[in-house]
Amino acid sequence: MEDGLWARGSLVGVGPPVRARKLAKVPFVELADGRLQGVVSSGSDIARVYVSSISAGEHGLNCSTNNNRPCGGLHGSACKHLHALMDEAVAQYGAARVARYLRVEGGEAASSGAELMRMLDGSVERESAAVVFNRFLRHLRYLETPVTTAPLPEMQWFPGAVA
Amino acid sequence: MPLTHDAPGGVEAALELVAGFDDALGHGFARVGEEQAAALRAFGGALAATPLGSRAGEAAEKVAAGSVSGDHLTALAAGRAALTGAVHDALLAGLDAALGRDRAEWTAATGTGEAENLLGGALAWLHELAITGWRGVGQDLVSASDQVIEALLADPGKRRLAVLLDGLAAELRAVCPLAPAVEPPARRWADLWTRAVLLSRGIPEAGPAEEVTGRLLVLGADVHEHGTAVQVRVHGVLERGEGTPDLLVRTSVAAAKVDTIIGPAVWKLLAGFPVLLTALAERRALEVTGMPLLPGGDLVWHEDRARTGEEADPFTVARVRLATAAAPAVPPLDRHPVAIAEPILLEGYTARAGDGGTVFELGDLTLDVMSGAPCGPITADLAGRSTACVGLVLWDAGRWRLRPLAVQATVKRATVTACTGDWALGPTDPKVAKAEAKSDAVAVLRERAGRLLRK
Repeated sequence: MEDGLWARGSLVGVGPPVRARKLAKVPFVELADGRLQGVVSSGSDIARVYVSSISAGEHGLNCSTNNNRPCGGLHGSACKHLHALMDEAVAQYGAARVARYLRVEGGEAASSGAELMRMLDGSVERESAAVVFNRFLRHLRYLETPVTTAPLPEMQWFPGAVA
Repeated sequence: MPLTHDAPGGVEAALELVAGFDDALGHGFARVGEEQAAALRAFGGALAATPLGSRAGEAAEKVAAGSVSGDHLTALAAGRAALTGAVHDALLAGLDAALGRDRAEWTAATGTGEAENLLGGALAWLHELAITGWRGVGQDLVSASDQVIEALLADPGKRRLAVLLDGLAAELRAVCPLAPAVEPPARRWADLWTRAVLLSRGIPEAGPAEEVTGRLLVLGADVHEHGTAVQVRVHGVLERGEGTPDLLVRTSVAAAKVDTIIGPAVWKLLAGFPVLLTALAERRALEVTGMPLLPGGDLVWHEDRARTGEEADPFTVARVRLATAAAPAVPPLDRHPVAIAEPILLEGYTARAGDGGTVFELGDLTLDVMSGAPCGPITADLAGRSTACVGLVLWDAGRWRLRPLAVQATVKRATVTACTGDWALGPTDPKVAKAEAKSDAVAVLRERAGRLLRK
């Protein structure tokens, strides 16, 4: 990088961009609130979703329906929803960023979500699904925000991908 | 006078003062050290001769002494905006002179917006950021903006502030708390903070619109996006008939989005503007009737006041019209170097790979070429092989840069033209189209929203 560009540039790109991935199975993934957290669509019931999370550091595992019914597949080891969550997190952010966030020792070189999952050593920690589910609903509400034709000059600070 | 990277007189000194302010803001006004206090005093002193007069100096003095109030922050933000505004004016004057471009003077009354409760929440959050400094920002402080932003997004009149705060909050969320070895992007975040403070004190009225009728000849589409917003800003030449000079204008459409909707998928969010998108995808002119034109050169897009016209190649438009079209005045609040985005036609340059990406060499001037919008077909490779380009001249971090909107290149002995808006109705590259059809992020999320939001 050019000397001083980072501190003196108005258009420097902050934070690695998210990569495109298929959203059908896992519509929502984020690294936030000290967790890898997200929402996994149920394979059998189109109206049901699972809220899954893995905490940074401790690697506490949690998975339940959005109505707080515990996931039947999560006892002792991770359920298929948590595996799917990790796979999609790696697709979205790259394994290195996920491993750094969750503080998985030696995980930065992992090549897949499955490999990262094998490196976790956390146990099941049941938590309320409400916080993560509400973040997902907030995420979805963006799609219902109306379009606008009023000029938004402040968007010039956000040129998208910049070299 | 040809364009050079040598900054006009006073620019470097002004930016030095801005950098001092940015460093103090980055430290946090609650922990201003001697160095920061000196920088703030120099910053305040330099503004004494401006209409801000003693207010900025007084605020700088108070903050340097460790006392911070909301009014002080506003005075400091106004002071910083005055400096970057002056830098903008000097740079744009140089660019206009180099391009031989006539620019209108700003004459419209500048309506100031009103302070409101909704804006008070934003100001309180910005105040917290200023006290804390970038190094002190943790996830809790970032999350404190969630409710403020959600309320602003729900009010169409507050969209400018909403998308700005949302963009800043997402960057803070992605990288804070900062690791000790990581420097904050001081200029950028101070820019965003400053503009947000000013908008929080009242969002300015757009100014009196004039209804115009004529032909909009499209030069190209610039696309801006962050995680939760995308704006397509179409640059063009407005032709209004005999006796009236052509005018450089822009028209914008914007949508909210989420971070997983990226690349060509963003066009789907704008499907409610089929006339505009068709004109982009088919490279056609637009016939507009009674379309509002704001004093800053923004046509406020109305689908029902436009129809697609004849095919109009952007290179032809640029060759024939660009040299004589007049440029609009810049709204006072927008005066900042990032607002500079002047359409230009470049030919006869040498494209080569530079240290940080493609550069175009034009005689003595080397322009850094920014990446094309990821929702279109202009790749870095294509830009690097181009022989002609319609683009926007931008200025950042001490250098002029080029943002390509359309390029002509020779690929397999044939001349191809690629424009940012080519995929407005869907990717024309079969490989990209297939991948898009398979994932269809917009449809998946809309289905989930329909099922889960209204339970």
